[in-house]
Amino acid sequence: MRLLHELLFPFIAVLAAFIIGAILVLIVGDNPIEAYRLLLGSALSWPDGIGYTLFYATPLIFTGLAVLVAFRCGLLNIGAEGQLYIAAFAVAWVGITFANLSAWVLVPLCFIAAILGGGVWGAIPGALKARFGSHEVINTIMLNFIAIALVSYFTQYHYKTPGDPILQTVPIGSGAEIARLGKFIPGLPERIPLNVSFIVALAACALVYLFLWRTKWGYEIRATGNNPWAAEYGGISIRKQIVLAMVVSGALAGLVGINEVMGYRYRFYDGFSANYGFTGIAVALLGRNHPVGVLLSALFFGMLLRGGIFVDAFTDNVTKDLVDVLQGIVILFVAAEALFRGPFGRFGLLKRTKV
Amino acid sequence: MTELFTIALIWSTVRLATPLILAALGGMFSERSGVINIALEGKMLAGAFTAAAITYAADAKLGLGAFSPWLGLLAGVGAGMLVAAIYAVVCIRFKADQVVSGMAINILMIGVPGFLSGAFFQSSGSTPQIPKEHLIPWTPIVIAFSLVVLTWYVLYRTPFGLRLRSVGENPGAADAAGVNVARLRYSGVLLAGALAGIGGAYLSIGQSSLFTRNMTAGRGFIALAALIFGKWRPVQTMLACLLFGFTEAVSIQMQGVVKLPSGEDIPVQFIQMVPYVLTIIVLAGFIGQSRPPQALGRPYQKER
Amino acid sequence: MANDRVNIEVQPGTIHAIVGENGAGKSTAMRIAYGFYEADGGEILIDGEVQQITTPHDAIARGVGMVHQHFMLVGTMTVAENIVLGAEPGSVFSLDLAEAAAEIRKLSAEFRLSVDPHAVVENLSVGQQQRVELLKALYRHARLLILDEPTAVLTPQEVDEFFTILRSMREQGKTVIIITHKLSEVLAISDQVTVMRDGRVVGRLETSETSAAELARLMVGREVLLRVEKPDSKPEAIELKVKNLSVMAADDGKRVDNVSFEVRRGEIVGIAGVEGNGQTELIEALAGLTEPAQLSGEIWFEDQNITRQGARSRRELGIAHIPEDRHRRGLLLDFDLAENSILGVHYRRPVVAYPGDIVLDYDAIQQRARRIISEFDVRPTDPELPARSLSGGNQQKLIIGRELDLKPRLLLVSQPTRGVDIGAIEFIHRNLVAMRDAGCAVLLVSAELEEVTSLADRLLVIHEGRIVGEVDPKVATIEQIGLLMTRGH
Repeated sequence: MRLLHELLFPFIAVLAAFIIGAILVLIVGDNPIEAYRLLLGSALSWPDGIGYTLFYATPLIFTGLAVLVAFRCGLLNIGAEGQLYIAAFAVAWVGITFANLSAWVLVPLCFIAAILGGGVWGAIPGALKARFGSHEVINTIMLNFIAIALVSYFTQYHYKTPGDPILQTVPIGSGAEIARLGKFIPGLPERIPLNVSFIVALAACALVYLFLWRTKWGYEIRATGNNPWAAEYGGISIRKQIVLAMVVSGALAGLVGINEVMGYRYRFYDGFSANYGFTGIAVALLGRNHPVGVLLSALFFGMLLRGGIFVDAFTDNVTKDLVDVLQGIVILFVAAEALFRGPFGRFGLLKRTKV
Repeated sequence: MTELFTIALIWSTVRLATPLILAALGGMFSERSGVINIALEGKMLAGAFTAAAITYAADAKLGLGAFSPWLGLLAGVGAGMLVAAIYAVVCIRFKADQVVSGMAINILMIGVPGFLSGAFFQSSGSTPQIPKEHLIPWTPIVIAFSLVVLTWYVLYRTPFGLRLRSVGENPGAADAAGVNVARLRYSGVLLAGALAGIGGAYLSIGQSSLFTRNMTAGRGFIALAALIFGKWRPVQTMLACLLFGFTEAVSIQMQGVVKLPSGEDIPVQFIQMVPYVLTIIVLAGFIGQSRPPQALGRPYQKER
Repeated sequence: MANDRVNIEVQPGTIHAIVGENGAGKSTAMRIAYGFYEADGGEILIDGEVQQITTPHDAIARGVGMVHQHFMLVGTMTVAENIVLGAEPGSVFSLDLAEAAAEIRKLSAEFRLSVDPHAVVENLSVGQQQRVELLKALYRHARLLILDEPTAVLTPQEVDEFFTILRSMREQGKTVIIITHKLSEVLAISDQVTVMRDGRVVGRLETSETSAAELARLMVGREVLLRVEKPDSKPEAIELKVKNLSVMAADDGKRVDNVSFEVRRGEIVGIAGVEGNGQTELIEALAGLTEPAQLSGEIWFEDQNITRQGARSRRELGIAHIPEDRHRRGLLLDFDLAENSILGVHYRRPVVAYPGDIVLDYDAIQQRARRIISEFDVRPTDPELPARSLSGGNQQKLIIGRELDLKPRLLLVSQPTRGVDIGAIEFIHRNLVAMRDAGCAVLLVSAELEEVTSLADRLLVIHEGRIVGEVDPKVATIEQIGLLMTRGH
């Protein structure tokens, strides 16, 4: 019953967004049923549809989890975008600098780089809030732009192949590459970039659940998010929790770098993120800020991203922008509902639903 | 450093600051009423696209000629307000989280222009080119700088301004004094939509001659930064916009690197970072206190 | 239900008191009259006519003004701006603050409410802010003034002055409704009085024909029999010693001023005082919830100086704390009872288990929650219910159970029975006495004078952050204590 109840509203929100989307499709003179058939059909075909859907879902699982962890501490991490850029570049840097190391050493090193890169970039707004009380939303927005400029600088001036017209680094060492899942799954061609990071993402869902609901640290983070004054009364240092939550959040966002650099392009490509960080907010909200929900909603958004390309190609007037439109409407509905129903966080920064 | 301050650079600064000033002043009306305006970016995009599309249509299809950019500007304002109205209803009527719904508006407005231009102009990347003589490169600049004075007057010298500020500081007190909190907040957010709409329109039918995908490129956020940097005050905010416009002008003019007198290079990326770094520093309280309106971001919940 | 079929009738040109205990529904009724809250039914009549009042705007237009208990002022704005807000002079295009200032000066003189129109409100004292609130109502030509607990923030001298102002308003034909829970004030200022209890009106009297005893009986609905039967205390060694403790507020001045006292094992030391005289800050400082930078002086627990220790290490030493505001401090409202039962001990055994004492042991947590729920009679008994769903009394019992389960050696208790039903009050009182008899040192703060005098073995009186006297609650009369509380000597 509780599960059904939790699923009900996200379902209604998605349905409402699809109805509005259908009206828009009608306005521009296409057949909405046909558009949606293309959207969902192309995302669920085997092997390409499912392979790409899962591939697109992978970064969204990470960023969704990142937003979730911060959210449970009463923080809104809009900075996943910057965190994942720093992390991806850190991964590429390690992969390039230590290119000669064997995979047994290099892969773990790159993982650590991703976690550290994202974690440090997340720690900055956390520390600023803990120390000066400055709002994490503004700071994370600012840090996104700073991160993007920073990695663009290093790419352009220090790690680019001379003469390459594309803003990307030289390739990472082959020891830093991780396997595509096609290698293990019969029928899934290796050209589909779905890789081991997807398994990492599934593991991350489980770990985040265990961390938040089964450890004392998770309890402290959630207590701070629910009522910082009561947490303080319970001997919990709120400042520490804010920093910890932002570090964990940033580290999770940073894992996107593994998918992108180690599993997909094997180099850092400037501007690779299709707003993964921002979509993470939608993923977390639609997923009710629960790891299982995040997994489901990341898969849903992965389907949209995959299907959007087909809608674009096979309809007369509908472009893949339909995906952004649907996404925006879904968040609007979910956001309006999250604070709309029930007494909202009297003392917290944001309303959280108890799961 | 003196050779930096050429007339061309100053002009460029003014032109680049104009959309920032317009959006930031809009943000001021909204934030002074207590509604965070993360959605400035989306409102600017709505204004930019609509202005370009309508100007093109009025010019090419209706043959309105020199009148068409004015129609486009008006349409841009309308589009900004329409988007603002959606945002306002979600935030004020349904008490949604303002930051989250602001982000939603931004994502929505990345999609909608592409969706519409894909359908109407067969190109999701951009709208068709508008002839140079049917652009309005100067008027928005004049509007922007006049609005600085006007905004100051409205905020500090009219009953509306007094009420708007009170609603952003302490909506409970305003309510108890007989002020309609929701109505004031709707006005603030709608004004923000209108001004951000002009700012967006200036980008597409003032500075350039067409709308391109995501053409605001984060200017809505820079405007927000300028608003914080300017401590939510009109004149200071204008100065912050000029400063941020200047950094952009420098990075464009220098095309890559800025030479310091000592002969060292500063890559353009570092100049681009300046507004963001400054905002973080100001927000942390290193350069004076920047105190936001007390009720910023909090929906007003009338008790029962 | 906060209000149940309340009928209140006020004669024009009089001062009408509405009395009742905390939570009796006085403020709710008046906020409805002012349009601040919405009623589910009923009507409001002014001069015999039914009025449609759904917003404060409607109320103001009909000559009703209200001064809320927590002032409704915009701190960053000037006095004049606050007063004219919503009723601005001048045109839509220009705000005439000069005219406003002149009008305010006139009103100030007329009602002896001196205040500088150009001062910024947040820089004013609470007494001055209250004057701004009164001027705000008068500026709008209010004929009926509703004052919610106006004396709570005033010193005794200010109260006398304030009553003089109210009388002069009555002489000028204004009608005043004053909400209070202090009987002495009712008798001193009002012409008629309405008594409320549990959201209902239980009495309407002429002040001249009633007495404090009669009002008190109506307010609490029984003879005042809160005296707790308890054996004499057997104080032992000193558990808590406070030396010259001061607490600075973040904004201005000292909230606790050079306080020294001690609490021994086996005794309940009570702190009596008008609310807002530093009790909250004192208890928070003792519980380790105040930034060390805001403290001066020393706090000793047994033979340790704990002044610089945080809440966690103080708890580990054996100090438990029942906070005054259970929603703000005491509970994680969206967490279930089991998770609330471990707040403060969530990081140590048996709540966490091997390996590494990191993982929460849900069996142990459930066990603990069930034990507290049954021992302290928390209802309903399901540990998986969110704390939010419990009644105030049951929430309080959960907190008390959680804290007493620590087997504390020092118990800090603040307003333990606020907003709690009668049955729970007696249960809580019995438990506090039982803790004392088991050898625990108890420090009790309560705004209910009856409560502290009946529970405490020794009674300290606090006034403006200073301990102004110690009395023997068995001997001292309420009048003597009340005098200390309000005069400070």
